[in-house]
Amino acid sequence: MTALSPAQEVITAPWVRKDLLGLWELSAEEIRLVLQTASSFREVSERSIKKVPALRGKTVVNLFFEPSTRTRTSFELAAKRLSADIINITAQASSLSKGETVLDTIRNLEAFNVDILVIRHGSAGVPAAIARQSRASVVNAGDGSHEHPTQALLDMFTIMDKKGKIEGLNVSIIGDIAHSRVARSNVWGLTKLGAHVTLCGPPTLMPQHLDSWGARVTFDVEEAIQGADVLMLLRIQHERQEASLIPNLREYRLRYGLDATRLARAKPDVLVMHPGPINRGVELDSQVADGPNSVILEQVTNGLAVRMAVLYLVAGQQGKPAMPEER
Amino acid sequence: MSKLVIAGGRVIDPANKTDGLFDVVIEAGKIAEVRPTASGSKSGRNGTSADTSVIDARGRIVAPGFIDLHTHLREPGREDKETIDTGLHAAVRGGFTTVCAMPNTEPAIDEPGVVEQVRQAARRAGLADVQVIGAVTIGRQGKELTSFGELFDAGCVGLSDDGSPVSDSLLMRRALEYARIFNRPIIQHAEDLKLVVGGVMHEGAVSTRLGLRGMPSAAESVIVARDLALAELTGGWLHVAHISCAQTVDLVRQAKRRGIRVTCEVTPHHLALTDEAIGDFDTRAKVNPPLRTDADRLALIEALADGTIDAIATDHAPHTDWEKDAEFDAAPFGISGLETALAVCVTELIEAKRLTWPQLIERMSCSPAKIARLPVGTFSVGSQADVVILDPDCRGTVQPHTFCSKGRNTPFAGRELTGAVVATIAQGRTVFQSSHARAEAHR
Repeated sequence: MTALSPAQEVITAPWVRKDLLGLWELSAEEIRLVLQTASSFREVSERSIKKVPALRGKTVVNLFFEPSTRTRTSFELAAKRLSADIINITAQASSLSKGETVLDTIRNLEAFNVDILVIRHGSAGVPAAIARQSRASVVNAGDGSHEHPTQALLDMFTIMDKKGKIEGLNVSIIGDIAHSRVARSNVWGLTKLGAHVTLCGPPTLMPQHLDSWGARVTFDVEEAIQGADVLMLLRIQHERQEASLIPNLREYRLRYGLDATRLARAKPDVLVMHPGPINRGVELDSQVADGPNSVILEQVTNGLAVRMAVLYLVAGQQGKPAMPEER
Repeated sequence: MSKLVIAGGRVIDPANKTDGLFDVVIEAGKIAEVRPTASGSKSGRNGTSADTSVIDARGRIVAPGFIDLHTHLREPGREDKETIDTGLHAAVRGGFTTVCAMPNTEPAIDEPGVVEQVRQAARRAGLADVQVIGAVTIGRQGKELTSFGELFDAGCVGLSDDGSPVSDSLLMRRALEYARIFNRPIIQHAEDLKLVVGGVMHEGAVSTRLGLRGMPSAAESVIVARDLALAELTGGWLHVAHISCAQTVDLVRQAKRRGIRVTCEVTPHHLALTDEAIGDFDTRAKVNPPLRTDADRLALIEALADGTIDAIATDHAPHTDWEKDAEFDAAPFGISGLETALAVCVTELIEAKRLTWPQLIERMSCSPAKIARLPVGTFSVGSQADVVILDPDCRGTVQPHTFCSKGRNTPFAGRELTGAVVATIAQGRTVFQSSHARAEAHR
């Protein structure tokens, strides 16, 4: 394991957050602490008995308002390997139709004295709103186009593992930046750790007003590939074509898809990453997705360690009072 | 006949270009006289007789009662959000003696029966006067024009599909054209529905960071540009509701120079706040049109000062707490504005030295009265005695739980603001007195 070799600084600052809502509000120090904690948890999954008692007696609820297989499974397995009890709830996107708000749902769960709520919601800001009102710790498992902090943390963990560092690396994120929570979390995290981030995609999928992001923007995929140490591809949703954001998927593939020809112009040791699920033949050619530069499956493996670390860290702060009520 | 004298205050009556120390004398619900305050008067109680009561207004500002061109009273249909009665209590607490009720009720105010229903409920409440804005199209569906003549005969002061725009260009042309018979405005909620699809806040740096769908300023300005061309074409009277961005300000300014018949209004919240108020997904700052950038805010203030913007209107939009507690995408748009309008304007416009007191009073009383073509907003002798008495220096914290409105949805909660309504007099009758003023009166 090259990640966080003894030569690197040891983080001594304690974790003080009840919740993990996004990387926007984390300091570089806090991000390094999560990555370091994850690296010790990765070892657990390599044992024959893959379980530690760290969260015994704690209850984790996976509350998913949006369909997800890999993130939900990853959190579930992470909680189980920490010996926590875990409940999976798949809820309707908005229960307002029944006259019940998301907060009503949360208050009902809180009545069971749960410790950690892992929340995925199609609407930005829901985990933040719940965290303000709940005693339980809240972990954001993806909210609308806002943030997906554990995905970015596992991406950074994987880069660290493969490259030994993040500072000074050229990371290009290619695809639907405008609608991507993964892109946002990665931009905040990577720039804090000193990477040079390039965002690439058609203008219709690139947010306006990027001045404060600290990232380079290009519409030319060749420019994004050249000199990059990491290529992070994002999934192109079919809905984007329906909304006229791109003319069609074929046009996207021709102009922005990563295939062997384009990859040949990249650095030989470039990492190819994708948060999944892949749209094979659109943003990523199968040959590249399954090729030697791809670390897509290692991202999944590392996701488990990162989520164990996050659950462990917030659990240590669980029981602290929620933010003071403003209303 | 009993007499009421409001004595010793700084009387600001822009309609008559009055600004100075005067006594306002009210008889039989009408303004009887505005006379210079007698010098040497100590308590303001000089000349008191048995049938005369005196309000000591020294240190206060005395002005014509405010007229709100844009109020959502929610009744009929959504009495859980507001009733005409609670809305009017909020209005008089805010210094408003006339409010114009928007027609996006359930059912919509699109026929004379509903107009009469609203006016009757208002008369029962007996606080501020309610004027009605009827719908432009049946059911606010944007398909077929309502019976303009019947609605105006029933007392409507303008027509609007507010909440929704009149999107169809031809229908908008016909509405502007036909309303010329009545010399009344078509009030447009200017929003290109295609450009804002799914949007929940201003499209800018904050929406980009939060990952919330944006509503670009162009969604407002393209409709205003179109409507100004239609107003020029038809000679109809266009009133643009709640303008929110610098581009719209420029369009209206140019149109006025060219003699196009256009008026417009701005809300206190667009004068005070920007998209930063959404902060960490605060649904209380979710409003349509959205809070925009500081450059837009400053352009609105400048336009209000130079007269490009005619009036301040609250767009009072009360909602229940549980609706606003929903996820940001699902929470309804709107701010409960009647009870904070004055203090927000004093803080942002007077204290910040952007407007003078007479300018502010004009934009809140006589100018909106002209747009609604109502004989109020003035202290001319014989006019209806609608008066607001203000404490210009009083500082207080906005506490939504003390609101008379059922809607406690305000991004100003907890903010310290300057300026307070001390008393509101409608048709010669005191309909609101602040607790502070009541305590003083009993001393």
